[in-house]
Amino acid sequence: MGRFTTWFHRMGSPRWFFDLSRPWLVGFLAVGVTLLGVGTVWGLGFAPPDYQQGDSYRIIYIHVPSAHLAEALYVAMGVAGIVVLVWRMKLADMFIAVTAPVGMAVTGIALLTGAIWGRPTWGAWWVWDARTTSVLVLFFLYLGIVALRQAIPRADQAGRAAAVLAIVGTVNVPIIKYSVDWWLTLHQPASITFTAAPAMPPSMWVPLLINMVGFYALVAAFLVAGLRNEVLLREADAQWVRDWLERAS
Amino acid sequence: MSIAVAQVRRDFLVAFRARADAVHPVAFFALTVVLFGLSMGPDRQAMGELAPGMVWVLALLATMMGTDTLFRRDFEDGTLEQLLLHGRPLFVAVLAKLFAHWCVTGLVLTALSPLAGLMLQVPAEGLPALAGSLALGTPALTLIGAIAAALTVGLGRGGMLAAVIALPLFVPVLIFGAGASLAAASGASPAAEFLWLGALLAAALTLAPFAVGLALRVSQEY
Amino acid sequence: MADPSNEPLLCTRGLACGVNGRTLFEGVELTLSAGDLVEVRGPNGSGKTTLLRCIAGLFTEEAGSVRVRPPERPLYLGHKPGVNPMLSALENIRWYLALEGLSRDADVCRDAVDTVGLGRAGRVPCATLSAGQRRRAALARLVVTEAPLWLLDEPFSALDDAGQDLVRSLIDRHRDAGGAVLCATHEPVGLPDAGRLELPG
Repeated sequence: MGRFTTWFHRMGSPRWFFDLSRPWLVGFLAVGVTLLGVGTVWGLGFAPPDYQQGDSYRIIYIHVPSAHLAEALYVAMGVAGIVVLVWRMKLADMFIAVTAPVGMAVTGIALLTGAIWGRPTWGAWWVWDARTTSVLVLFFLYLGIVALRQAIPRADQAGRAAAVLAIVGTVNVPIIKYSVDWWLTLHQPASITFTAAPAMPPSMWVPLLINMVGFYALVAAFLVAGLRNEVLLREADAQWVRDWLERAS
Repeated sequence: MSIAVAQVRRDFLVAFRARADAVHPVAFFALTVVLFGLSMGPDRQAMGELAPGMVWVLALLATMMGTDTLFRRDFEDGTLEQLLLHGRPLFVAVLAKLFAHWCVTGLVLTALSPLAGLMLQVPAEGLPALAGSLALGTPALTLIGAIAAALTVGLGRGGMLAAVIALPLFVPVLIFGAGASLAAASGASPAAEFLWLGALLAAALTLAPFAVGLALRVSQEY
Repeated sequence: MADPSNEPLLCTRGLACGVNGRTLFEGVELTLSAGDLVEVRGPNGSGKTTLLRCIAGLFTEEAGSVRVRPPERPLYLGHKPGVNPMLSALENIRWYLALEGLSRDADVCRDAVDTVGLGRAGRVPCATLSAGQRRRAALARLVVTEAPLWLLDEPFSALDDAGQDLVRSLIDRHRDAGGAVLCATHEPVGLPDAGRLELPG
């Protein structure tokens, strides 16, 4: 237990993270940009058109990774929330602070691309489809966390309040998803969905996979960069931050 | 157990002495029902089809507004910090407080809902399901709304923020509650929706008081 | 593990609290045993209230530890009276006794309200009382509580001379009965053998 706890506490030390994370930032950024470039060009330019939807399906190369991330980031915030409340780890609190706006942006991208795809496919910008609806609710869950953090002037307390809300939200995410699914089966006939083509040829799904990994890497880079900023802001009074700023300038 | 009884007694007494506070959510509900009726135009048939869902939304908003006063007075006069210090176990004390609050808001809304349904042309066979779904749904809404109220109680301008936090969490309760009322009004069986509402209420009863307790502790430090 | 009867009522080690990375106080070492009275002094913003709230468990410390001898929870009398204005002093004290799990005997409540000098005023909603009278309604908690550790934040504020004497006599009685008092204040409490903790601010 001893070694694990030491590692865990070092992990939680903002300074330790700051000292180590610079190569991570560069690495994630390089991987993300490269993969997204390859995947997007491949997906938009060279993948075959869909036999049913033609070229409009190509938006999945942006839409699917962002929708995926929107949910994954929220669950990650919930896990970080538990870490904040149980171990009072400052880095986890900063993680929520940085992730909430990024998650909101990613969710916004998922919604926007969904609407753009919906126009040619369903003939309407907005349809009360189960997935779009639960992603919209997810957007508001993110908004709640951002708004709550903004309203509380004390950083530690804002972090713990956001942690409570992130945990409550994470418990609710599957319930909301399920209830919206259930509601939809009653109200709307089945429509074309992104998963309608189970036999996607490799020339279609390989670029999707590449973009998926690329998106994750890029967002990881954003989060590391955001965390580094947050560390500097919160520890602005600490001697090591002043030293670092002197060396940097 | 004596904590629960004492807390419920006290909150009933306070609610009775500060009657105006308790009446606000109910008056809000009644007024919005009237506004909805006026905004719908003269087509009674169309109104009847939409009304069960609409009554549900209005009851949900009224419950949301009611939770604003749930902890605010106690926070301001300092009795909330005494509750946090001595009200052991906190789970029981919080649950008792929410029960007392629900009795003067959610229960009254539930009792009034058949009347609102009648005014808005809900078919007679839909009225029991409307009231029944609110009887199961409003306690769940109170429990969830209390989390948001507890998180914002230390902040001056809590009301709108609490709404932004709580409303997305209300979605499942609304879906099954309005679903039950709509199904019954159109002659279908609302049994499945009722089972789901019961499950949501059971989950909220067991989990929400913990979250409320945590949130109240955090908001003491703002 | 020390014998519980010998354990001090309160023991803090290296206690530090801060807000937004700004330290209010650090390295606070306090040990209070039966009969002790310690005044917490310091300029505005030095963290007197935060220290008391932290010991009560209403504020999270940044570093160090707080130990209140179990199983008792301290009595906390803060800036907010902890008195519901819609209820009378009697009704308030009944509720408080239930929270603490003590007997809610009518005589106990009436004695408490009489002791703090409210008498008939203890039977009307506190909203109709003056600030000083409401403060006295809060003091009724000191009469009925069995908590051995008291945390008093500016207990003299809003009180007249007789009220201040009342607080002193309550503290005296509590110390004689084996209790301890930690009191944040701007002026000396005016009781013998008072220790003093100065927060630099």
